[in-house]
Parts: sequence; C-alpha cells; structure tokens
Amino acid sequence: MADSVVKLTTPPQATQHVPGMKDLLRIVIVGHVDHGKSTLVGRLVYETDSLPEGKFEQIKAMSDRRGMPFEWAFLMDAMQAERDQGITIDTAQIWLKTKGRDTVIIDAPGHKEFLKNMVTGASQADAALLVIDADEGVKEQSRRHGYLLHLLGVRQVAVVVNKMDLVKYDAARFQEVEREIRTYLGSIGVTPAHVIPVSARDGDCIKEGSAKMPWYKGPSVVQTLSLFNPIASLSDLPLRFPVQDVYKFDERRIIAGRIECGRLSVGDTLIFSPSNKSAKIKSIESWSSKPGHHNPLTAVAGQSVGITLDEQIFVERGDIVSHLQHAPVETDVFRARIFWLGREPLKKGGAYKMKLGTMEAPIRIQEIERIIDTGDLRALSSDEVERNQVAEIVIRSRRMLALDAFNDSPRTGRFVIVDKFDIAGGGIISMEGYADQRELITQRSTNITRVEHAIPPEERWRRNGHKGGVMWMTGLSGAGKSTIAVKLEQRLFEKGYHVYILDGDNVRHGLNANLGFSPEDRAENIRRVGEVAALFARSGMIVITSFISPYRSDRDRARAAASDVFHEVYVAAELATCESRDPKGLYKKARAGQIADFTGISAPYEAPEEPEVVVDTAAASADECVDALVEYVERTFRI
Amino acid sequence: MNRLDQLEAQSIYILREAFNRIDKIAMLWSLGKDSNVMVWLTRKAFFGHIPYPLMHLDTGLEFPETYAFRDRYVKEWGVKLIGDPCPPLDTIDDTLPPASRVAARKTAGLKEAIEKYQFDGIFAGIRRDEQSMRAKERVFSPRNAEGTWDFRDQPPEFWDQYKTDYPAGTHIRIHPLLQWTELDIWRYIQREEIPLVPLYFAKNGERFRSLGEIGITFPIKSNAATIEDIIAELEVTRTEERAGRAMDHESEDAFERLRADGYM
Ligand SMILES: Nc1nc2c(ncn2[C@@H]2O[C@H](COP(=O)(O)OP(=O)(O)OP(=O)(O)O)[C@@H](O)[C@H]2O)c(=O)[nH]1
Ligand SMILES: [Mg+2]
Repeated sequence: MADSVVKLTTPPQATQHVPGMKDLLRIVIVGHVDHGKSTLVGRLVYETDSLPEGKFEQIKAMSDRRGMPFEWAFLMDAMQAERDQGITIDTAQIWLKTKGRDTVIIDAPGHKEFLKNMVTGASQADAALLVIDADEGVKEQSRRHGYLLHLLGVRQVAVVVNKMDLVKYDAARFQEVEREIRTYLGSIGVTPAHVIPVSARDGDCIKEGSAKMPWYKGPSVVQTLSLFNPIASLSDLPLRFPVQDVYKFDERRIIAGRIECGRLSVGDTLIFSPSNKSAKIKSIESWSSKPGHHNPLTAVAGQSVGITLDEQIFVERGDIVSHLQHAPVETDVFRARIFWLGREPLKKGGAYKMKLGTMEAPIRIQEIERIIDTGDLRALSSDEVERNQVAEIVIRSRRMLALDAFNDSPRTGRFVIVDKFDIAGGGIISMEGYADQRELITQRSTNITRVEHAIPPEERWRRNGHKGGVMWMTGLSGAGKSTIAVKLEQRLFEKGYHVYILDGDNVRHGLNANLGFSPEDRAENIRRVGEVAALFARSGMIVITSFISPYRSDRDRARAAASDVFHEVYVAAELATCESRDPKGLYKKARAGQIADFTGISAPYEAPEEPEVVVDTAAASADECVDALVEYVERTFRI
Repeated sequence: MNRLDQLEAQSIYILREAFNRIDKIAMLWSLGKDSNVMVWLTRKAFFGHIPYPLMHLDTGLEFPETYAFRDRYVKEWGVKLIGDPCPPLDTIDDTLPPASRVAARKTAGLKEAIEKYQFDGIFAGIRRDEQSMRAKERVFSPRNAEGTWDFRDQPPEFWDQYKTDYPAGTHIRIHPLLQWTELDIWRYIQREEIPLVPLYFAKNGERFRSLGEIGITFPIKSNAATIEDIIAELEVTRTEERAGRAMDHESEDAFERLRADGYM
C-alpha cells in the first residue's frame, strides 16, 4: 500500500452543512502596559454593535463608583483588582458578531509581571494587533511582545498607534513611532500589514477613518481585521499523529489522538517513532447515535480520531505516528529558541521535563548558547535564563526522542519545559548542526543469529600479553589528536603491544569513502568507526581512534559498541590555541566561510562529560601527554 | 473542518488529555444544555462509553422536568450517577447576597463530594462567553485544598499543553467547553440531535435560556419553540445569556466571590 502522502486520498468526509454558521478569526491585542489595549477592545466591541444590552450602563456605574471618567477597559478587566488598579492581570476573550465572520478578541496584559498570561492569550491567536501609545512611543514590552508573537507562530500583525489625542493627532509624531516599530519588527522578520493611528477612547479610526486625522489614508482597525485570515489547515504537511492514549473499552484496541498535520487513510502503513515499529491502519473508529452511521475511511489534520491496526504492536502515549516516508527526526539532542516564564531561572546543566505533543521526557540543559535581548537583539552570554528572557539553548535527553524542526512541522517542532510542577517555558526546535539519528538506530537486517566464538577473550589476552580495548581520542581539529596517536602507537608497539590506529582521513579513503560532512554522514562515519574499533578490541588488539567526534550521542554509541573496554581520551585544547596552530589551514578556510559546518566555528563541539583520561596539549608537550597515556595503558590493559 | 468540527475535536482532545493524566475524575452534570453537550462529547471521545461518573449536585430545587430528564438518561446512556444532596442553606456563608447564597450550596456540595469520593479532577461545562470572570479561565484550572481559585495567578497555558503536574492536595477543574459560544452549543445540539430538558423551548411565551434552580433562575419572554427558532433568536438578541440568573447581578463582585470560592 502506497503512502497517503504521495497518494491522492479521497477528500475528508463532507461535514454536514450548518446554515448561517460563520468562520471564526482569533485576534490578540498586545503591547506595553497602559497603552490602551483593553480600551481598544471595549471600543471595538461597541463600534461593531456587539455590546450586550445594559453593559454600557454597567460600565458607567463601575466607573462612577470609582470616581473615574468612562473606562472602556472595564468590559474586559473583570476582576475587582484589575478595575481598582486600572491594569489587566489576566487575558480574557470576547466574541464579536461581525459581518461575514465572527471574531474572538483576546485581550492580553501588558505588564511584564504577567507575561505568562500574555503568552497564554497570544498563543491562541490567528493574528495580532500591537498597540503603542503615541505619546510614550515604543517601549520594552512593545518589543518583547512583538518578538514573542513571532516565536509563538503568529505571523499576521498590524500595529495600532493609540492615544493620538494626546499628541494632537500629529502626523509627524505618528510617522516617528511608525518608523521605529517598523524597523524593529523588520529586524525580526515581521512586516506589519498596516500601522494605524487611533484614539481608542474616543473611537477615532476604529470603525472608519477619522476627520481628526485627514492625513491618514489607510484602513481603520475594523477594516484591517477583515484582511486577516484564520490560520490555514495543516493537512497538506506530512502526517504527524501523536498517540494520546490506547483504549480497550470493548473488543477494539483503539489508538486515540489528534492528527496535528497531514492525513491518514484506512490501509496506510504507519511507523511509530521513536520505537520504529510499523503496522497498517485497519479502521478509523468513531461513535454516532445516528442509525446507518459508517466509520470514515480517511481523516485530516485537526481531527481527534481513533484507529485500529492490523497487527497488535506495542504502542504507547507519546509515540508519533507518521508514514514511512517523511518520518519525524529521531535524536537525543537538539537546539531550541525558548522563552522562559519560570519564577526560578533556567539553569545550564539543570534537569527539567519537556512535553512535546503528548510525549514527556526528562531533559538536561546542555548549553545556553546565547540570551537574546529582545530590546535591541544583542546576544548576551550567561549560565542562566531569567524570567521573561528569550534564549537559544541545547537540550539533551537520556532517551531517543521523535520530533521535528519547527520550520518543517510546526506542531511537533515546539515543546514546553516543566520545572517541578509548573510549565515554565516554551520553545521551537532547530536541528541545525545536529544529525537525525533515525538511520543510525535502524536495524534493517532480519533473520540474523550471532555465532558464538570458540575462543574466550581471556585466551586472546593471554597470548597477546595484554587486554584488548579502545583508546578513543576526541578533541577539536588541531588539538593534537593525530600527533599523539602516532607517537602513542609507536611507543606501545615498541613495548610489545598489539596496537593499531584508526584515523579520520584514512577511513574516509576506504570504509567511509561514500560519506560526506552533513550531520547525518558525520554521525554515520563515527558509528562505523565505533563498530570497527569494537571488533579490533574484541580480537584482542588495542585500537587508538583519532577523530574529532564532536557529538556526545555518537561517542556514547561507540562506547556502547565496545562496552567495558572503551576508554575516552579527551585531547583538550582551547579553541583559540587550536586555531592558532591550524596545521591544515582549515580554520582559516572555515572563518572565510569556505568550509561549512566546521566544528568549533560553525558546528558544535560537545566536550566529554566524564572521560577516562584528559590530556591538555596546551599545558603539556606532546611527549608528556604520550607518557601519561602509556602509563594509563600499562595500568589499565594489564592482565 | 467547519467551526463545529473544530470545537468538537478540541473538546475531545481535552477530555482525553484529562482522562489520561488525572487519576480520579468525574464530570459535573447540571442537566442543562452545556453539560449534555459535554456528556455527548464524552461518548464521542471514548467511542460510546462514559468512563467516569457524572455528578449531579442536587439542591432538591431542580424543576420536575429536570429530574425526569436525569432519570431517563441515566438509564439510556448507562451513566454512573453521583447524586448526593447539597448541604442545607443554613450551613452557607450568610454574608453572601441571597441568590449567591443559594448558588453557593452547589459549591459546598461539590467540596463535600470531592472529599468523599477523593476526586483529583472535575469536568465543568463553563464557557468563556457566558460571563467575564469565566472569560479568564484556563482549560486546566488548579484549585487548592480548600477548593479556591487563585485567579490572580493562573498557570500559563499554551500550545495545548495543560498543567497536569500538581503537589498533593490540589485538585483540578477541567473545562472542555471553554471555547464554545452559546450559539455553537445550540448548533451542535441541532446537528447531533442531543436530547434536552423541555424547559428550554417556549411555552406560553416563555422559555429558559439558562437553567438553574427554582427561585433563582427566571425564564425569558420568547416564542422560540424549536431549536431553529432558538438559533434565530440568539442571532439577533442583545441580552446576555445569564440575565435570568439572579446571583450574577446582586453586586459588581458577586460572581467573582462565588467563583473564587470554588463555584463553577
Ligand atoms: N487619552 C487617551 N487615553 C486613553 C486612550 N486609550 C486608553 N486610554 C487610557 O489609558 C489608560 C490605560 O488603558 P488600558 O486600556 O487599561 O490599557 P492596557 O493597555 O489595557 O493596560 P494593561 O492591560 O494593564 O497593560 C486608561 O486610563 C485609558 O482610559 C486614548 O485613546 N486616549
Ligand atoms: Mg488591559
């Protein structure tokens, strides 16, 4: 059966037509504290004739009771604390009955104390209005909210320059604010649909143009809303169906979940990641009270469905279901751009839990690469991400995860971080510089049985006079791995050891001639070397490997192949030292942009966490390093 | 997918999420239109089954039609019913305005039931468009040991990731219908042919738009005798759905106080 990604499927079940039912557009109102967001919402509701009977009088009474002029914000600011302090604490929603379609307006708080509530509101929106006070101009939260909209995936944005009455409807002042916000948004890749001058309190330019600002020729706020569209369906992307639960209420074993992207049909062959098990869809189950009801044959993104399989394979919550082609990435390490909302800062090295779709996994923060100042987009370095900051980090998990780069598949490319009991941050995934490890862990051969050797390892060791094993050298290019490896081999050989070097460039001439330098090929390069080294070691030899091997996941796999005879040797040297040595002139080329993905420059080097040996070639001479290693071998490989 | 399909799929997702993540869970079944939609969605989510008890907080003040409806569908749908009576009025905070005080009996009944049956989670069929404090609710809304709602400091909730990790002593309200409007509910009832208490349909020029207890819920003037009529009426109405609920209007903060204390 062909994959339904490439096959033309029957259209999804025609949903029953419901007369008079309109589409729904969700708009969030964001911006700095007190710039008039809630006022704008109140006024929009009023101008679109959506205010319920008696509401105007109620707001008037609330305002009078507090000795204030009429306060439109009280429509949304429902808490007593919000009304008394004139500040929005939590996000709220209201429905507008507009012509053509319905609109939900989501009011978000502007105070930075309540950023978690702004995120809660904005994450539900199709589009956003960024409100800026004409008098105060662009402020800290105007920028941060703009930046977060982008991270949250809200791509349709318009800017509302409010309180034009305070600047006497001055065109020059408006243009000044417009220029500043356009420049900022432009630098993060956001182009506002329009920048609209308004006075929310007085209703200028909300529904129609205003006589007070004849110089403004663009659309009003209401007209701008009609230009936005509900977020398009994701049914044309490759299938992503995270398993939510497995039910056995009756004779059926139903795998339940929501299709996040793509579509599935009865008969499709599915693969479950990261377990990599495979089965076909037997049926798509559904319940209806109506007689003559049939189960659907196909289902699309957005639907909550249940399927049964032709084979009873073990499936659990958190698995991601896809077709065989276009399966998600499998990895135990990835990059992310995150925002942090936690009371405690996010710490480098800290242990947390991530949730992606229905999957939960323990993680550790391997690296905080940079903090991004959302004010001027400067990169700062720190070992902690403070509350309300945005950062780029590297996350590691103990077990294999199935996920996607955000740009490939948005729903399975985003996740949240849980700190103790609380959701404390969210992020989007990038796999830049990191390999999809799916191929590395896929076993294609079947019906294979191991042959038992008749010679026990101890017998080989006795004949050689020493144990077999792997001395795995890792370090930056120019750290001195090859120099040390060659000298070490020579010294051990002279002492009567059975020893051999596997060197990076050498294996790429033969065994690995078919591999390039993409993250996936590099990982495969190391996988093969790890397997070969393990065979050497089992034959009784000492094998010295000399590869940059920058990824922890790859080295861990090599360690697993050789098991307890693996010795990780970290050939340490600062990047600057290696770059100044530059024996092959590679750093120069990398700096000039002639080599892509060069470790240390444009690709990561993940230093070992618990190497068996460390030699520092900046602090000691090559011979001193070799002395230390010979001593280590004599001690460790003795029978 | 149209708007009803989207709402249905989202609610089913929430029901399944709560059923998976929360140990002991029950659904509030007020017998009104919204909670019947919620029960209907349960049967869709779990392929015809209702895998948790439905809880009716019985004040003894429901209309006779409401009790008849309950008894019939408990049998027809195979409902596991919890129908303990709510504590009497004289046990309720007497500083509350009179209608709120009647309503607060439900809060007290809920607290007792949670205690008695040791529930970790409760489904409630509230909607954001009903009332401005409900508009601020989360889908998964934590309550402390006393059942109170800390509405000034709610957890962030985004990308359909809900707060499902709690220290002991917390329980959680789950709101699968938060995003539905009154019109969505009626259109869904129409499409799915969901049975309702007949009091929603006009008789002698009156009908109930929102159904609560005798004495604190009042009918509206209406000739809408069918679902089609009701939908037509709602499309043009400018009155609020809960205008007939006395407790919402006793003072500016009456509903906030009720909800902070654990009312639905
Ligand atoms: N002069 C003038 N004042 C306005 C206008 N719009 C809002 N305001 C006032 O600005 C103040 C803040 O308005 P809100 O709508 O509460 O501001 P907000 O952006 O919602 O504030 P937070 O939600 O707390 O971030 C109130 O006193 C409003 O009356 C306007 O167009 N002109
Ligand atoms: Mg506000």
